[in-house]
Amino acid sequence: MPNVLVFAETRANALRKVALEATTAARVLADALGGGEVHAIVAGTPGVGSVAAQLGQYGADVVVAVEHPSFAQFDREAVSATIAARAKAESYRAIVLGFSAQGRDVGPRVAAKLDAPIAADVTEIRAAGDAILVKHPAYANKVIVTLEVKGSPCVLSVRPSAVSPAAASRSARTETMAPASDPGASRVVVKEIVEGGKGRIDLGEAPVIVSGGRGLKAAENFKLVEELAAAFGNAAVGATRAVTDDGWRPHSDQIGQTGRQVSPQLYVAVGISGAIQHLAGMRTSKTIVAINKDKEAPIFKVADYGIVGDVLEVVPALTTAVRAAKASHG
Amino acid sequence: MKIAVCIKRTPDSESRFKIAPSSISIDETGLKFDIDDFASYAVEVALQLNEKQGPGETVVVAVGPDAVQETLRKAMSMGVDRAVHLKTDSVPYDGVAVAKALAAELAPGGFDLVLFGKHAFDTSSGVVGTATAELLGIPCVTAASALEISAGRGTARRELEGAAEKVEFPLPAAVTIDEGIARPRYPSLKNIMAAKKKPLEVKPAQLGPARVTVKSMELPPDRPAGRIIGEGVAAVPELVRLLQTEAKVL
Repeated sequence: MPNVLVFAETRANALRKVALEATTAARVLADALGGGEVHAIVAGTPGVGSVAAQLGQYGADVVVAVEHPSFAQFDREAVSATIAARAKAESYRAIVLGFSAQGRDVGPRVAAKLDAPIAADVTEIRAAGDAILVKHPAYANKVIVTLEVKGSPCVLSVRPSAVSPAAASRSARTETMAPASDPGASRVVVKEIVEGGKGRIDLGEAPVIVSGGRGLKAAENFKLVEELAAAFGNAAVGATRAVTDDGWRPHSDQIGQTGRQVSPQLYVAVGISGAIQHLAGMRTSKTIVAINKDKEAPIFKVADYGIVGDVLEVVPALTTAVRAAKASHG
Repeated sequence: MKIAVCIKRTPDSESRFKIAPSSISIDETGLKFDIDDFASYAVEVALQLNEKQGPGETVVVAVGPDAVQETLRKAMSMGVDRAVHLKTDSVPYDGVAVAKALAAELAPGGFDLVLFGKHAFDTSSGVVGTATAELLGIPCVTAASALEISAGRGTARRELEGAAEKVEFPLPAAVTIDEGIARPRYPSLKNIMAAKKKPLEVKPAQLGPARVTVKSMELPPDRPAGRIIGEGVAAVPELVRLLQTEAKVL
């Protein structure tokens, strides 16, 4: 019964949502392959091993804690080297991780070090005899490709929000492992972190996203979008390429083909016309609401619910109504 | 500086796609192909760096069938000095295989910088740049929205999830390029003509066995049709009701 390794990503020693998703994917795959073990590898400062119990709830049998003071900041070179070393020491059918910023740095490095095949940004994994089949949205979500991945181990990175974390309780036993390369010796040195990190919910993790476009008419009207997001309580704020290009919002807020691709439970598109480049970034959202003054705007073709109207009037009214709805539910 | 730029030939990103009868590829009829967007920014960055830093050499490399030669000529018409075509019938989905072919070509070249687009529009996996750097044993900086080189060291701004960071690194290095960094220049007619005479070397791509293969392709299911529920502020109560009772997201 082959085992599966999962890289469970943390930030400030807490598991990120994508780590739970990847662990669930690993558990489901291990079960499909015959019920082997899921080994979760976590990297962080001393104490990160305490996430073991939580990982056990999602199906990890073993948690390998790689602890080092330098891991206060994510170290892609040392983490990749350590995962590859673990995969060389033990035998795994697959190495699963999230297709997040960390995962995009780690996955290809681990695959190259192990000379392993890699399928990145997959939305589904299943075992089919000796092979592993995955689904991958290609061409900006316009084509779904089914890939067969041959070779052991293979590296599979899972698109954020494609897999729902599922309880699969195991009593995870912990091991510790030293970093396989010197964490202080990373050749790429971070000199400064700019913006973000102020407790803002990441677009890839937010259950609700309120997003604004040119229909807001001026940069300062984005505060209406922020207020609506605040009313939901668990929402992140996104933007179209047009308004990030114009400097109304930071580039990192851009949702679209060349920006972030998101799949929240609820996406509220405010003053967004619905250009193909934008739709490519959000069309897999579970529920889409559009507010736009142009009833012919393409966004209304993908929206589940649309309101035709002036966003500068409708959004504040919606904010008040959402606050009231939230208050009455406690 | 000696700079290599690895580019990919991809279809125009605004296209509507159909699946070919074989069901393992898209139907290419009527599609326009060009240098992938992020890779074209990387070409522009390479040209600008050498324009600023004094004489150097730029080389553009692509893996694929003969059709990629048109894409390589486009890069040379922007100003790149020479091109290498690593020939194979179709570009494998396994980014490590592509990285192996690129690394084999680039390793003896003594490049100061190897540039890639952040990811290609078709596969959007972002594997090749990072994997190639790993095989070459050089540091890799991904998603660079700003890049400067001075005295054998680079500084870059990287776009992350909800934040950005400034990094420093030694050369030689690989950098994958995000948007916002440079607008690719339009080649002049004179440069297009000159590009026809620039060296374009063809070699077989050393990819190794294909371990990631396409079993099938399909179009995603359409979203069920939605509806416009009303106009203006008056429609808000109904929207909230639907979000609570029907969509159950509030």
